[in-house]
Amino acid sequence: MTRKQRRLGVVLLGLTMLGISAALVLNAFEDSIVFFYSPTDLVTKDVPRDKRLRIGGLVQQGSVRRDADGVTVRFGVTDTANTVQVVFRGLLPDLFREGQGIIAEGRFEGAAGFRADEILAKHDENYMPPEVADALKKAGTWKGAEKK
Amino acid sequence: MIAEAGQFALMLALAIALVQGSLPLIGAQTGRAGWMALGPACARAQFVFVAGAFGCLIYAFVVSDFTVSNVAENSHTLKPMLYKVTGAWGSHEGSMVLWVAILALFGLAVASFGDNLPPALRARVLAIQGMIGAAFLAFILFTSNPFIRLDPAPLEGRGLNPILQDPGLAFHPPFLYLGYVGFSMAFSFAIAALIEGRVDAAWARWVRPWTLVAWCSLTIGIAMGSWWAYYELGWGGWWFWDPVENASFIPWLIGTALLHSAIVVEKRDALKSWTVLLAILTFSTSLLGTFLVRSGVLTSVHSFASDPERGTYILVLLVIVTGGSLTLYAIRAPALKGGGLFAPISREGALVLNNLLLTTAAAVVTLGTLYPLALDAFGGGKVSVGAPFFNATFVPLMIPVLIAACGGGMLGWKRGDLAGALSRVRAAVGIAVLVALTVGWFAGERKMFGAVGLAITAWLIVGSAVELAERIRLFRIPLGASLRRAIGLPRAAWGMVIAHSALGIMVAGITATSAWQTEKIQMMKPGDSVEVAGYTLRFDSVDAFKGPNYAGQRARFTVFKDDQVVTVLMPEKRRYPAENNTTTEAGILWTPLGDLYAVLGDRAGAEGWTTRFYFNPLVAWIWFGAALMALGGLISLTDRRHRVGAPKRAAKAAAAPAGAAKAGA
Repeated sequence: MTRKQRRLGVVLLGLTMLGISAALVLNAFEDSIVFFYSPTDLVTKDVPRDKRLRIGGLVQQGSVRRDADGVTVRFGVTDTANTVQVVFRGLLPDLFREGQGIIAEGRFEGAAGFRADEILAKHDENYMPPEVADALKKAGTWKGAEKK
Repeated sequence: MIAEAGQFALMLALAIALVQGSLPLIGAQTGRAGWMALGPACARAQFVFVAGAFGCLIYAFVVSDFTVSNVAENSHTLKPMLYKVTGAWGSHEGSMVLWVAILALFGLAVASFGDNLPPALRARVLAIQGMIGAAFLAFILFTSNPFIRLDPAPLEGRGLNPILQDPGLAFHPPFLYLGYVGFSMAFSFAIAALIEGRVDAAWARWVRPWTLVAWCSLTIGIAMGSWWAYYELGWGGWWFWDPVENASFIPWLIGTALLHSAIVVEKRDALKSWTVLLAILTFSTSLLGTFLVRSGVLTSVHSFASDPERGTYILVLLVIVTGGSLTLYAIRAPALKGGGLFAPISREGALVLNNLLLTTAAAVVTLGTLYPLALDAFGGGKVSVGAPFFNATFVPLMIPVLIAACGGGMLGWKRGDLAGALSRVRAAVGIAVLVALTVGWFAGERKMFGAVGLAITAWLIVGSAVELAERIRLFRIPLGASLRRAIGLPRAAWGMVIAHSALGIMVAGITATSAWQTEKIQMMKPGDSVEVAGYTLRFDSVDAFKGPNYAGQRARFTVFKDDQVVTVLMPEKRRYPAENNTTTEAGILWTPLGDLYAVLGDRAGAEGWTTRFYFNPLVAWIWFGAALMALGGLISLTDRRHRVGAPKRAAKAAAAPAGAAKAGA
């Protein structure tokens, strides 16, 4: 086998691999990318019901309730303009509390609210997830200083 | 006073780095021996000053000198001594000083052990190291100075984020940085080779040990981070495909490819320009990782309150390093003439396949990590790319890598005998198929995934054993002779066998815990019992307690198996008043077959508590495998052919063909 043929072989193998990975990536992008929505988006936009998505905002003051089973929690997530009701079954993160910025991942079920299977709150009291900060800014209620 | 000394030392180090980055390079171009000799001298001096500055910073933390702003923001008098010391690199500024200190350490190593390197090559390598050092020292001094004073000084510091106060995490950054910065050596050698237009076996013998050191450290660093996340974050998971995790995993993947392609350069004088390209990419992705973590563009535990100036600086540096070195590569790479030809079915062929798959996998991970950032930057909305994406793309690409890991070594160099190799590993193939069928038959859920994963484990472990047996001609010659062959076997061969079996152990842990994890969430009152994977957990009590710098609640769960008490698990919730922060400590029963993992949640109702239990089968195998893999790398490093300083280019030139043939046996 000559040098040229060998090089051609390697190049073809590389291209095949790129092709396979591109197919894998496109296929996965289709159904595994999770979009972020603010509570206002949920009200004003046509949000897909059959897809996983993320929402973010502040946990509404005085809204946290626990069902009788002790592990199902219900609370409101707000960007102060609009509020969405969230249902979550599981252990809340350490820094989850009323007034704190959080992100919830799950499915939007319209009038039934948002069914979350994951709640993210960061390990810093003063930390605000950028997505949440942006959502608050959009709603015109951002009070914090511009984060450096 | 100490802080000023530290700052002054950093400034001097910067001045020295500027000299080191320029004069030796000019000296090498113009053939001035005196200028070239400046390289090692500068590297030594730079190490002294950077180490001195790092020492000053640690001292400021140890004595809790709150007049230094960085100490006041990241330390506290009540913090245990270990975390005072490790707090020195817990902050952004401190971690950058650690970065440069490790870089200076590598520079010192080239200066000290590089006596048998051709002087021009050594001068060029040290000059490149000097340039990288200068860039980072300037970054520290102009944007992230750890020695800035605070006036008036507070009486008490703000403390270190409590989840970082953990022995596993204390040493995670140094190992990670040893890896990242260690790859700068391969990078410097690659750039020097491009300038010289020459890559040969002696060059590869220099690059391999440095890459191995970096790779082992990075492996340990990533494993430590994953282990910490497992026991500290209380989610029962060990890898989250978090962008920051990916940032360290991408250089690991490309570094692994580099490790393997450097073998081909050394043994067969082929794949030269590809290896140089990998060396450039490995370090570039290390810088990319640093940028992603330090710039605050990512949402994670690692994003310190950061300012855009720093991110911009590292981004510009990244563009200069990557763009500059790739341009140089484009101009000079055609000059690197490849030597050895090989057939597609050969050990080289298998290594090429390994390289292509690993780099493709790295590209896929990079895409998934950067896509949300890019989309957001172009106003395309906010998205997150998580585990489902990586499971659907990365996992299928890794399966052939794992299969090739074992078969490749059985093929000969240059032209392999596929049928012969297959007949030698037929035992491994048979056992792997048997495992797949057994698992597929008995496992209820996720049996496809479990069957493929465990079959790969069997293939890797049995295949490696067969390969070892072949090499020492076990059972074909008397046992004593086999034993002598085993002792005489190159350490690099042992390293490979160990690392590849370790990979199998790791795959078993990953497969079992992903496929068959049990999770139970419930509310419990004292006296209640719950059954998880054959264990019964009885909730006894929750009591308040006080730690050195925190207070908390500790639950007691008595664990029974077959009516016998096995252990008592005591998960905690801790409250750190200084940092105004809460953490969860999981209670874990470690066993070789799986972990019982208990987390205490919130109070629910009058006397109830939410609790969460997991059973994670074989999960400890993941970190055991990673540690064993790093050990394999270290054993390979002790191979006398890898000993730093062993190769002599002049002597090599004549002996190269004979040596290569012998080494390939």
